[in-house]
Amino acid sequence: MDQLLQKLISSDVLVYLIIAVIPLLWVIPYALFAVWLERKVSAHMQDRLGPMRVGGWHGWAQTIADIIKLLQKEDIVPTAADKRLFTLAPFVVFMGSYAAFAAIPFSSAYIGSGVNIGLFYIIAVSSLVVIGLLMAGWASNNKWSLFGAMRSAAQIVSYEIPTALALLAVVMIAGSLDLQEMNRQQSGWFWNWYIFHKFPFVFLAFVIYFVASLAEVNRTPFDIPEAESELVAGYHTEYSGMKFALFFLAEYANMFAVSAIASSLFLGGWNSPFGDFLSGPLWGVFWFLSKGMFFIFIQMWLRWTLPRLRVDQLMYVSWKVLTPWAFVCVVGVGLWVLLG
Amino acid sequence: MKRYFKDIFASIWTILIGMKVTFKHLFVPAVTIQYPDVKLKLPERARNRLYVNIDDCIGCDQCSMACPVDCITIETVKSLPTDDLGVTSTGHKKRLWVTRFDIDIAKCCYCGLCVPPCPTECIVMTDVYEFSEFDRRNLIYNFSAMAPAQVVDARDKYAQWEKDQAAKKAAAAAAKPSAPATNPADATQSQPAPRPVGVPRPQESDPKPSGST
Repeated sequence: MDQLLQKLISSDVLVYLIIAVIPLLWVIPYALFAVWLERKVSAHMQDRLGPMRVGGWHGWAQTIADIIKLLQKEDIVPTAADKRLFTLAPFVVFMGSYAAFAAIPFSSAYIGSGVNIGLFYIIAVSSLVVIGLLMAGWASNNKWSLFGAMRSAAQIVSYEIPTALALLAVVMIAGSLDLQEMNRQQSGWFWNWYIFHKFPFVFLAFVIYFVASLAEVNRTPFDIPEAESELVAGYHTEYSGMKFALFFLAEYANMFAVSAIASSLFLGGWNSPFGDFLSGPLWGVFWFLSKGMFFIFIQMWLRWTLPRLRVDQLMYVSWKVLTPWAFVCVVGVGLWVLLG
Repeated sequence: MKRYFKDIFASIWTILIGMKVTFKHLFVPAVTIQYPDVKLKLPERARNRLYVNIDDCIGCDQCSMACPVDCITIETVKSLPTDDLGVTSTGHKKRLWVTRFDIDIAKCCYCGLCVPPCPTECIVMTDVYEFSEFDRRNLIYNFSAMAPAQVVDARDKYAQWEKDQAAKKAAAAAAKPSAPATNPADATQSQPAPRPVGVPRPQESDPKPSGST
């Protein structure tokens, strides 16, 4: 893709800029759609209807109206807040989640950056989000914000361990950290997907990764950093207008990022499930995005099914359940690869 | 240790059960009623906006007295003995001009206490409940069918008639000083009239309260 662009456009800088902007062209419409979908899914699961009026058909324009409202809102910075950090925080959070998209292969022909340590880069760079959240909580100078930020930091740092271990199990099979290479290894029919390899270890790793990734992106049942009933809204209590919208966008971008990693590593990424049927760079985008959206739907489904965990339960799940089992996966897959 | 594995199994199993329940509900028809498009049928005896059939009103003021929040204001003018105001649909003879019949629906508490006292059953509660207004003053409904000019006319006529009666009485008293001051006209107007009097006019009945659109 970049070679094609380089042929068309002589300027390298412009090519890189276009490559960098492409994921954003997906992330923003996706976020608008996902917010609408979340409201519809939650409503229908509770036998309600959700937004029905804006735009005609099932309120499809509701989130567009919402974002226009947010754009018009006054940009309030509390008097007691640390103004510089307060303003910087939403950008750090969004940067952290958007940077992960650089190494996500949207198709066999497109990846933002074809680095050979893509997965490692994603895990490393998405930790930047924690700094942004802590920044937001601390700079707000508000007890709820700080509580939310502290919980969030504790949660994300703890859950990074099972996440990374679960991914390590797959990395051992692939023998590579390059997501594009991993996707290529899973080509063919769907039984080539890693989730069906080395049963049950990789399947277990997949479940562990999925549960831990829910916690990484602060989704219910692990949404204690923004537990409305206890903390108002957690770290973004004091934010309004576009800054709040950026947090929201970052949250949804993060949701897609973890779903994209799950689909890349376990469900074959841009590969068609049916061998050569409907495969190719463009169909690859379709398969990749639909697998991602499938995980997004499961995240929503879980959110409207499960209640929120308590802080100690959250830590229990991470340290006493997910981490040991992730080690079991790593050891199991490692021995299998070594001996088999 | 056994407990640990049991807990993990139970949590996964119960999460799956919960997901099954929520997934089923995804396809259950919503209970939401989309209000302006779809309206629930009101019960037969629902108490909503008050309506006064002013053609049947005899101006007896009983609804106003029954009202616990004093939202009904009625003013009447007596008719002349020569006037014929007609009969209500319930057969009561109308003797008073109802010059004002205002209901401040913003104050109304929808208790329905004004309805049973009405001798002619002309004040009723309807099933209309959508009558919000941008201006609070529009919520004062004027039910009287009389135009302001007609009201003034009726008052003047009654005042004139009262004056004539007084003059007649004085003349009669002057002519027969010993006779008791009784008068057949006074018998028909048995009560003292504190307010001025009116004259018959053809009524143009407008069943809609003027305050609502």
